[in-house]
Parts: sequence; structure tokens; C-alpha cells
Amino acid sequence: MPGHTPAHSSPAAHAHVVPAPVLLAVWAALMALTVITVAATWVDLGRLNLVLALGIATVKAALVLLYFMHMRYDRPFNAIVFIGALAFVALFIFFALMDTAAYRPEMIPDYAPAMKGQ
Amino acid sequence: MSQTTPHDPHLAHHFPDAGTQFEAGKLGMWIFLATEILLFGGLFCAYAVYRANHPEIFIYAHQFLDKVLGGINTAVLIVSSLTMAWAVRAAQLGHQRALVRLLAATIALGFVFLGIKYVEYEHKWKEGLLPGKRFTHQAAAPPAAAAPADPDPAPVAAAGDSSVIAPAARGPAGLASPSTASQEKAHKVPRNVQIFFGIYFSMTGLHAIHVIAGMITLLWILRRAARGEFGPRYFTPVDLAGLYWHLVDLIWIYLFPLLYLIH
Repeated sequence: MPGHTPAHSSPAAHAHVVPAPVLLAVWAALMALTVITVAATWVDLGRLNLVLALGIATVKAALVLLYFMHMRYDRPFNAIVFIGALAFVALFIFFALMDTAAYRPEMIPDYAPAMKGQ
Repeated sequence: MSQTTPHDPHLAHHFPDAGTQFEAGKLGMWIFLATEILLFGGLFCAYAVYRANHPEIFIYAHQFLDKVLGGINTAVLIVSSLTMAWAVRAAQLGHQRALVRLLAATIALGFVFLGIKYVEYEHKWKEGLLPGKRFTHQAAAPPAAAAPADPDPAPVAAAGDSSVIAPAARGPAGLASPSTASQEKAHKVPRNVQIFFGIYFSMTGLHAIHVIAGMITLLWILRRAARGEFGPRYFTPVDLAGLYWHLVDLIWIYLFPLLYLIH
């Protein structure tokens, strides 16, 4: 790689300048998705409400990551590091939920045991 | 590689060239952001477990959060992310005045976010909507005003040793609640609403600390930018501070629907 750039390989040679229209389009999409996610709470979709809210949040997060945080233009290794952390958090939450679900039959519906000092 | 170009003042001696230094800095920042995700991951896990076990607490308590203020704050953070991304672009292109203005705008939006957060926190403080023992809210104002005194009597089990006593031993509470609860889910004031506020204040509080940390970082970047330190040859600090600021936005993108928009 050093052969391509004269003398100094400046960061400018590596970094991608995100075009202004792309930044504005991403911003507009984020705002629109925020409105949609608020509007979605007016409709009763049962369990799908949570799925939809998290789905929209994930699309928004992906837009921020890919364009505002340059992940799309970046070295893939940075993305692997970050998405690796997300994967481990997902694993952590998944196992914690599996564990708590195993104890659910012992729980009284709609009843949370009082905490000490109450 | 051996040309006699003047030494780049920003290039640390242990890097062969500025490009390598830039990439190393970025990787370091992404690893730091990964640890931030793990930090918040613990709180998201607490949220997931409590919501899975006690959805009624979340459905009831989220009504005390102001969707409008939360929505405005979401928009504020998204706009601040745009100004931050644009500031990085201005630094890359050497637009000196735009860089300074955009950084200042990003910090100002951080103040707006914290101001709105303060209004929300103050309201909860006054209403006694606080975690743990400090939860003193008397269910009167919200839609649960007409709730019956207490449909299920106190459990036989002592508060602390619930884990060692089988559910059946809890007597009337366990038997009575399923029928009444399903009908009155929306109206009944659930027990231990303070759990929601413990989670709410932990998550938004840790997030607010990150906003403050981001603003302090950006103030430092702004000062350096005003001195003309950044340009197409050297903008790494602007880029890395920007990554941190976007992460703060990223976390809020999940906090807003999870806390304010429970259905």
C-alpha cells in the first residue's frame, strides 16, 4: 500500500469522505423511522409491537453504524470487533432469558415478590 | 518511503506512516466501543429478564414517562449525530469554519438533550417515581386511579425468603391472582413498580453520563479545531470523538422504544 501514495500515506488516502447527500438522506431516514416507531405504538399488534419496535431500532442503528460511523467504508476488522461484542451481548441475554424462563413455573402471575426493606 | 519530506508533527515515531497510525487509532476506538456495548449489555440484560418475568410492571410504569419529551430527545440526538458526521466531513475536506461551527452545534445539542432529561428527572423526583425504597409515589394520578384497594392479600411468606418457599406456600395470593389479574391487567397497580424506575434510572443515567463525557471530549476537540489543528492531513481525533458520540446516539435509539414506547 505505501507504494500508491507519495511519501506519506495520509489518513485521507484511507478514509472515505461521506458525500453530503448521503448524510442528509441517512438523517431523513432516521427521523422518519423515529416517527414510524412512535406511530406504531398507536396500533395494537400484540407481541409484534415489541418485534417491530426493535426491528426499527436495529435499522436505525445500522444506518448510524454504516454511514455516520463509516463502517461501510471502513476496514472490515473494525466491524468484526464491534459486531462480535453485539453477538456476545445477544448470547448473554439469550442465556439469561432461558435461565429465567426455566424458573417461570414457580412464579405467581402478575406478582413480583416484595423486596427486602419494603 | 525514503523521500525527505518534512516530518509530520502528528505522526508518532512508532508508526511507519500516518495511514497506519489512523487505522490503529480507529481500531483502538472500535475496541473501546465494543467494551461500552458490553457495559450497557448488562443493563439491557437486566431489562430483558425483568420485563420477561413482570411485563405488567413495565406496561403500567412506562405510562409515567413522557413520550413527547422522549421523542424530542431522540430527534435532538439524531440531529446531533448529523452535525457530528458533518463535522468529520468538514475536517476531512479542510473546511475550518464549518468544522468549528458543527462541533459547537453538536455540543449545544448535547446541552439540549441534558436539559430535557433534567425536566424529565425532576418530574419523577417530585412524583416520587424513584428506584427502591425511595419510590414513594401514591397511585392516584395515572389511569389506575379507580383500582380496588388490593385484590390479593399479602403473601404468607416473609419478604426476604421468597426463594426458599414453594409457590403453593404463599397461600391466597397465588391462588387468587390469575383470575383477577388477567381482567384487570390494565387497571391494577402492580407491585414493585420501583423495579421499572431502578432500570429506567440506571439505563438513562449511564447514558446521560456518556452524553456528558462525549460533550467534554467534543469541547476539547472544539478547542483544538479552533486552533486550526485539524485538516485533511490530520483529523483522527475528530473522527474518533465522532465515533463515541454516535455510539451514545446508537444506545439511545434502543433505550427510547424499550423504555418509552412499551405497548
